[in-house]
Amino acid sequence: MRETLKDLWNFLRARKKWWLLPVILALLAVGALLVLTSGTAVAPFVYTFF
Amino acid sequence: MPRKILGLSAFYHDSAAALTADGETVFAAHEERFTRLKHDASFPGQAVLACLEQGGRRLPGGKPLTLGDLDAAVFYEKPLLKFERLLETHYARAPGGLRQFTAAMPVWIKEKLFLKKVLRDKLSGLGLRGAEGVKLLFTEHHLSHAASAFYPSPFGEAAILTVDGVGEWAAGSIGHGRGGDIEVLREQRFPHSLGLLYSAFTYYTGFRVNSGEYKLMGLAPYGEPGSGAVKKFREKILSELADIKPDGSLRLNQDYFDYAVGPRMVVEEKWEELFGLPPRAAESALTREYCDLALAIQEVTEETVLKLAREAKRLTGSKNLCLAGGVALNCAANGRLLRENIFDGLWIQPAAGDAGGALGAALAAHHIYFGEPRAGGGKDRMRGALLGAEYTEADALAMAAARGAVWERLENGELFDRTAGLLAGGAVVGWHQGREEWGPRALGNRSILGDARDPEMQRKLNLKIKHRESFRPFAPSVLAEDAGLYFEKSSASPYMLLTDYVREERRESRPDAYASLAPLEKLRLRRSDIPAVTHLDYSARVQTVDAGDNPRYHALLGAFKKRTGCGLLVNTSFNVRGEPIVSTPGDAYRCFMRTELDYLVIGNLLFDKKQQPPWREKL
Repeated sequence: MRETLKDLWNFLRARKKWWLLPVILALLAVGALLVLTSGTAVAPFVYTFF
Repeated sequence: MPRKILGLSAFYHDSAAALTADGETVFAAHEERFTRLKHDASFPGQAVLACLEQGGRRLPGGKPLTLGDLDAAVFYEKPLLKFERLLETHYARAPGGLRQFTAAMPVWIKEKLFLKKVLRDKLSGLGLRGAEGVKLLFTEHHLSHAASAFYPSPFGEAAILTVDGVGEWAAGSIGHGRGGDIEVLREQRFPHSLGLLYSAFTYYTGFRVNSGEYKLMGLAPYGEPGSGAVKKFREKILSELADIKPDGSLRLNQDYFDYAVGPRMVVEEKWEELFGLPPRAAESALTREYCDLALAIQEVTEETVLKLAREAKRLTGSKNLCLAGGVALNCAANGRLLRENIFDGLWIQPAAGDAGGALGAALAAHHIYFGEPRAGGGKDRMRGALLGAEYTEADALAMAAARGAVWERLENGELFDRTAGLLAGGAVVGWHQGREEWGPRALGNRSILGDARDPEMQRKLNLKIKHRESFRPFAPSVLAEDAGLYFEKSSASPYMLLTDYVREERRESRPDAYASLAPLEKLRLRRSDIPAVTHLDYSARVQTVDAGDNPRYHALLGAFKKRTGCGLLVNTSFNVRGEPIVSTPGDAYRCFMRTELDYLVIGNLLFDKKQQPPWREKL
């Protein structure tokens, strides 16, 4: 995970595409939430939220 | 110790792996040949194992490699750049494409963004030592194609043209290769893509995108050149769909296309209105209109490739051109490029599609990342594209014993002579020899062979053996030294990537009412004295066979010539429709028994269908 985040940071810096940062962070947050909550009691919360 | 690099191509279509040592290709293989899933896109684990096992045995020391022996493993494209394209394209079209976006994102978030980890995990999963320590590198998609086209070519300096659907952002590029360096000079960027334009027509004419493009190309000669219908379709393509500039760059009118953010290639309703014919349903009858449409897009594609080649010449001043990318598999366009004499030398990577990116990635890392010089020599370094897996006679005998198969072992001279005699008598023979081919073409090691002079051979092969559409043409293999006896240009074409025209004196004239015949009625007419390999426009997708590249296949053609006076055979890939080309002796025997093939030759073993026990799917 740390390696990927580092690669993403370097990529955004090299490409100067800072506007993608919030999009990527939001997607990663949603992704993390989905992974963490899959098959747990928190899952219904995710479905109502999205 | 030679510098050893593993190239990988995966997760889109046609995954593959290639091993290079000091810039020479040691082993290269498609995953589909092992898994038996056509166009398999999964991680090429079995191809990697074969690279390390069989490739390692071919290196000094002669033993299998582990992952720890590699200097690097290189993936053929840059996933973050692709992700950037995905985000920007959807952002530009929002809220359109929301469904496609939500479908794609989970895959990216769970897997594709973490490709480095995925690759490391997959390599670790192979059970070999050293996976954790492998240096992982990523090259750009079109640089991989360019490297696969230039570095193995015989040229020290050349213009490089790559054209395909899309990589990260680029859908095509013009570069200049000099020694160990490649400089990218121009790029055509997504969503404007010649490859995707061709694929859109593939889709509209009822064939599958990424694999049916050959069929569209094969259909084009059924159209009527210069007819009002073809002219009308061309005008519509050029005025409404594509604005093609004199330098070969293009802009596609996105109002007509859906591929950028949608699930379809085209907006069917708009195409139907434009061309006046509905999208063709898969497997439905092929009418003249679709043939004319195929011809129109084929002509536009060829003209665009010529413009790109002229621009490459203008930018580089080079006398040589190297080609790769999926569009470089369009052998009709390649043949036209050759006949236009824009360049003195033309070389095309035999695995020009994405699988070839694995080899290009490894070679790009060797010469560009590691800065290693490129050896000279002025010769083609693909070894006839015979770079894949090889099986021993013991493997074939074990398979035969397990199946209870009946075989006869013949020494080389007798084997070639007997097989030539069987072919001359009208038999269709499965020919399985040595290392398997790299690239989509069977080049005489995993081939089905027949007599091209037999007027019934095309229909017999299509319907009884290959089980594929009867309109599809077959290709000839010809002794390199005899190519001029049959074909006009008669240039070296070792990888079956160039069309040529059958010589005038061999052609048979068409009836007066030819233009009014239905497409399949045209097919039934005899077109030359080698009818099985002469397409409707008298073209043929030629493979010239050189004794140095493939001595056994050359010897078989020589034996056939001795017997018949004709050094040419029909050569089609050893598979049936929907299956990859056979790899192992077991695959070959299965295909032999399930089809109406008459004989099978594996190495020096001859199998006669009449003597085989009844076929059982399971042992």
